[in-house]
Amino acid sequence: MCQGVLDKSNNNDRGGGIIGRRVGIEVSLAIAEVVGLADADVVAAYPITPQTHIVEHLAELVANGELDAQYIPVESEHSAMSACLGASAAGARTFTATAGQGLELMHEVLYVASSMRLPVVMTVVNRALSSPLSVWGDHSDAMSVRDTGWIQIFVENGQEAVDNVLCAFRIAEDPRVLLPVMVHLDGFHLSHMIEPMLLPERDEVEKFLPKNDYPLPLRPDKPVAMGDFAPPIIYTETKKAQEINIRASKEVILQCWNEFGNSFHRYYHPVECYQCEDADVLLLTMGSFSETAMMAIDKMRQEGRGVGLLKLRLWRPFPFKEIRQAVKNAEVLIVLDRALSFGGPGGPVCSEIRSALHNEEKKPKVISFVGGLGGREITVAGFEYIVNRGIEISQTGSEQEFELFGVRE
Amino acid sequence: MEKYAVFVPRLVTKRENFAPGHRACIGCGEALAVRLACKALGQNVIVVTATGCIEIISSQLPYTSWRVPWIHTLFENTAAVASGIEAGLKVLMRKGRMPTQDINIVAMAGDGGTSDIGLQALSGALERGHNFLYICYDNEAYMNTGIQRSSSTPFGASTTTSPAGKMSIGQVTWKKNMPAIVAAHNIPYVATASPSYPFDLMSKVAKGAATQGPAYIHILSVCPTGWRCPTDLTVRIGRLAVETGIFPLYEIENGEYKLSFNFPQLRPVTDYMKLQGRFRHLSEETIEEIQHRVNKEYAKLMEKVT
Repeated sequence: MCQGVLDKSNNNDRGGGIIGRRVGIEVSLAIAEVVGLADADVVAAYPITPQTHIVEHLAELVANGELDAQYIPVESEHSAMSACLGASAAGARTFTATAGQGLELMHEVLYVASSMRLPVVMTVVNRALSSPLSVWGDHSDAMSVRDTGWIQIFVENGQEAVDNVLCAFRIAEDPRVLLPVMVHLDGFHLSHMIEPMLLPERDEVEKFLPKNDYPLPLRPDKPVAMGDFAPPIIYTETKKAQEINIRASKEVILQCWNEFGNSFHRYYHPVECYQCEDADVLLLTMGSFSETAMMAIDKMRQEGRGVGLLKLRLWRPFPFKEIRQAVKNAEVLIVLDRALSFGGPGGPVCSEIRSALHNEEKKPKVISFVGGLGGREITVAGFEYIVNRGIEISQTGSEQEFELFGVRE
Repeated sequence: MEKYAVFVPRLVTKRENFAPGHRACIGCGEALAVRLACKALGQNVIVVTATGCIEIISSQLPYTSWRVPWIHTLFENTAAVASGIEAGLKVLMRKGRMPTQDINIVAMAGDGGTSDIGLQALSGALERGHNFLYICYDNEAYMNTGIQRSSSTPFGASTTTSPAGKMSIGQVTWKKNMPAIVAAHNIPYVATASPSYPFDLMSKVAKGAATQGPAYIHILSVCPTGWRCPTDLTVRIGRLAVETGIFPLYEIENGEYKLSFNFPQLRPVTDYMKLQGRFRHLSEETIEEIQHRVNKEYAKLMEKVT
């Protein structure tokens, strides 16, 4: 097994017995439950499909007295994130959720959250962008906020979603980090599924997640100025500090995932491998489509093919070392993006992987596929096609920068 | 109160919570209003400002003029940030994570940040009933970016994006009535104020801060740079705006209108307009049209006053 990379064949019951209670629950509701267990102080949110079930259930928990929080039913996503800035600056544990157009409307506020080091936690229920209008899932929204300075984690199933929302609070509020964290989960394909999962008990959460202790909240007895104006003589230095800060957060993220594993017996890693031992051909996916891709890999392995799957979990800070390590023995790396960079290199994820490998001496050929846009399925057969076609392109070459999977022409 | 105005420096606290040494233009009516408001607010306050003149003159890294906790994030979201702070403090006090105390949350923005780009966030925060005071410093255009028109720019004013020319008198729309829009949210306290009437301004700010629920104060801030007027006439022009009925000072407490200053007879609008280069190009007919409109609006206000 490569260092820092988990061979994740059966993470969900890895040794040590069951911690928490086993429930069958819709993933969105489970996320709200875990935000409740984390005792969030302020939730500010605006309705947008497919994120609504999360905040509806949070509103319900507050209404029933099960969560002592201020729920702010704002008039837009721009105000949702803005209210989160205020609440977080006041020292409150702050949560919101959004999707697609909502994330776009928040866009400028996202930069402020990270630049002012406000540890807001947000679940983004990934949704395609208009036009034409689509409420269904892809990663166009996520890719558009790539450079906003947030820590960004992609999850694959309900268990991973609740585990990583819990970890997100701990990572964000860690005094060494103090950065906002986005947990990305696929709209409908994941958010609306009812899944069996383990929900932690309140005392276990309290043990794992310390109280939020923001070092310099807005308080009259200790005035601070937040969000000043920076002329050219100092702006670059503030950005350098921010860059150092997010890169350094990786150590804390790894430590958090490790301690989460020790407490709850599920371990997470920036890049996770499935059936990668001796694989010449690797497929790389993000989010819930990895589950179907694993089935395709299983089938091809049974047929004696040397294929494996890489799952990219930590999107920001980008895990350069782990990616390079994980692909160094492969000949072909096929990257599936669920977003398009129009007129550009095709898939944004593939573009970053290519760039990360560019100066490596030993590296696979990297082939770009884009698919699963606007909620379009990719089946097991679809993933088999992608792998086979990827191998073919690696041998014959292609005039296209990328191939759009499953499009009717 | 009015006759004591000249003794303001002796009669109010000497403590400056908005410190001198900031970078406002000479004669800035807005900086004067912020200074007075901060004296009235005291130290038990958290100030949220929008992007704009006040933010850039007071906060250039590594300096700050704010001797109270202060936060600026963006242009259009001031009221939303204030709602978040209010909610955050409320829940932390309720959960016993900070001492229970009365902290005033005061949002401050210009006319662009209030009546244009920030109107939605303000309306949302007012409707939700957050316990905060919102102060709009209205200098009647986007002064920070170079005197572009806003919806708060008065009819006939020449700005860089509503320039007077052969085919235009300048701004061709009437000033948006922001206090009326706010009052339509049925909040407990709405007022207009002017730094030319310092005691009145300070007592309104104190009253707004003490109000339970949302409060709004609209302050006319003379801008010599944008209005093209002499820098030593700021206070006088502010008074003339009130004395001509162009910017009457009043309060709306729980729906009841109360005039702060009444005059046996209003001065003609020309007394106010002739001192300002932004109106210099206007014909007598246009000034007559403005006079007519001011009379009409003033009469409408007087009908509401109890």
